[in-house]
Amino acid sequence: MSTLATFRESYLWYSFKRDKIAIASLLVLVVLFSSAIFAPLIAPYNPYDPEMIDIMNSEIPPAWEDQGTWEFLLGTDSQGRDMLSTMIYGMRISIIIGLGAVLLQAFLGVLIGLFAGYHGGRLDAIFMRAADVQLSFSYLMVAIFLSAVLQAVVGVSRFGEIAVPFLILVIGFSQWPQYARTVRASVLAERKKEYVEAARVAGFTSSRIILSQIFPNTLSPILVLSTIQVANAVMSEAALSFLGLGMPIDRPSLGSLINSGFEYIFSGAWWITILPGALLVVLVLSINLLGDFLRDVFNPKLYKG
Amino acid sequence: MIAFVIRRVIQALIVIFIISVIGFAVKQSVGDPVREMTGISVSADELQEFRETLGLNDPWYVQYVRFLGRAIQGDLGNSFFYKRPATEVILEKAPATLELVFVSSLIIIVFSIPLGVFSAIRPNHFLSRILMSGSIVGVSIPVFLTAIMMIYVFSVKLGWLPSFGRGELVMIGGWDSGLLTVDGWRHILMPSIALSSIMLPLFIRLIRAEMMEVLESEYIKFAWAKGLSNRRVWFVHAFKNTLLPVITVGGVQLGVTIAFTILTETVFQWQGLGFMFMEAVERSDSPLLVAYLMFVGIVMVVVNTIVDLIYGLVNPTIRISGASS
Repeated sequence: MSTLATFRESYLWYSFKRDKIAIASLLVLVVLFSSAIFAPLIAPYNPYDPEMIDIMNSEIPPAWEDQGTWEFLLGTDSQGRDMLSTMIYGMRISIIIGLGAVLLQAFLGVLIGLFAGYHGGRLDAIFMRAADVQLSFSYLMVAIFLSAVLQAVVGVSRFGEIAVPFLILVIGFSQWPQYARTVRASVLAERKKEYVEAARVAGFTSSRIILSQIFPNTLSPILVLSTIQVANAVMSEAALSFLGLGMPIDRPSLGSLINSGFEYIFSGAWWITILPGALLVVLVLSINLLGDFLRDVFNPKLYKG
Repeated sequence: MIAFVIRRVIQALIVIFIISVIGFAVKQSVGDPVREMTGISVSADELQEFRETLGLNDPWYVQYVRFLGRAIQGDLGNSFFYKRPATEVILEKAPATLELVFVSSLIIIVFSIPLGVFSAIRPNHFLSRILMSGSIVGVSIPVFLTAIMMIYVFSVKLGWLPSFGRGELVMIGGWDSGLLTVDGWRHILMPSIALSSIMLPLFIRLIRAEMMEVLESEYIKFAWAKGLSNRRVWFVHAFKNTLLPVITVGGVQLGVTIAFTILTETVFQWQGLGFMFMEAVERSDSPLLVAYLMFVGIVMVVVNTIVDLIYGLVNPTIRISGASS
């Protein structure tokens, strides 16, 4: 109860109530995330069940078009799968990969950032150089190379089976430098403060100082970064799947749906590719808008440098 | 300064070394060169003998040194698909990608500078507000989706622009250019707009943020106090100092651009390096894959090093902070 009360008096809640865009994007996100979580209950069809797919139903336009039927609200794709259901399940995979990748990169980056920043010295220099170099290659580039090489090594069919954990690993490993840099910067600022000095005098071990004293004070930049990184991870996954380096077409994510529908726009079947695309944009945009809001609240100067 | 240059060059060499090790590892683990050359109707003994003459039974470090020695001479093996040296294939495909990057950089420069400066000078103008909210929408739309939507509207629905290929090309001494014919320009228009679509909002925001920060600084206040005209303060004093960080970020964005050329070229079937790379992935053409990886890696290391050196030259604090770490 008391934590709720402090939250209601906080600056975060105060600014949130006054920001219409933030409220709208949070609402959209809640709707999207809960439909992803409850996909089996919400989706009218199960796109993974071959029994429910009839090739005769392929390429039916959305209900409001001339040849559309209300049986398939958003039409069907080239294999006769209901677009709405496929999109909900696709978004579910995109979100799982996005969140998983961000958890992994946060874990790696925060740990490296905390310890490298606190201890400094040679290890710190090596990690930060590595982060610089990796950033200069751009995370998407690194991710594309990693998955291209791995796909060539394990072969396309086996690759499809391990695609979800693999994409989480690839996107997680290609983006840890963002976290490491942000966390290290705030550790460097915190390290000189008196409470750390006091903890050291009291005889705390350095890992205890890092984890229980400094870490909590780096949480707000981590939170801000995490929202943006989820958007980035979802975008990266979509790009990889679009290139055919990600989710296979029988378990599509939003990216592979866009990829599989692409050739059909030439025959006028725009909905197969444009609808999942629009869903992807709405998802990424509302995460980005929320991230913008959080950044303004927590630290207006955080990303200026 | 000399110490800074030496340190930076050593770092670049280390990165190139790591890239070569990765390239070598990929080459070793993808595909079997003996199988590619002989087919299946060869006995195990003959295979073993063949492996021996090719040096595939040597320890890996001997093979690595051989790989590196050949790579320095520009020999990265023959492409399985094209049956030609991989470096030759890459040099043949490079002009298409370079022209695409060139035209989209032109688009970015021509639009981002005036728009960014304008929204910094007049932050409350309604156009600036539209630009700022528009740019976050722009960042949220993936490049390949922009490309697909453009194809749907301008090629499928309106039939104004071609949806794939480079169109009519003119050969100038080994460089096949599409920039000299009207047809070539019609083909390059959509891909280059798609490629610039995600960078443009980033650069508008960056230029705006930098310009606003510069406008707050002391020497600008002094320039106002001296009674200089608006124009002089904005475009001569403030703008000059805005450009420096923009150039560095521009250099770093090269990697992002290359990643996005892969996406753009795939959508438009643009016969450049990115399209070639994706084809090589599908065909498990490992020599070509490795060659592309090494080529792009080295180009990026060289560009980043040069950008860093330029930055160190104009901004001495970088050199000093680099020395202490």
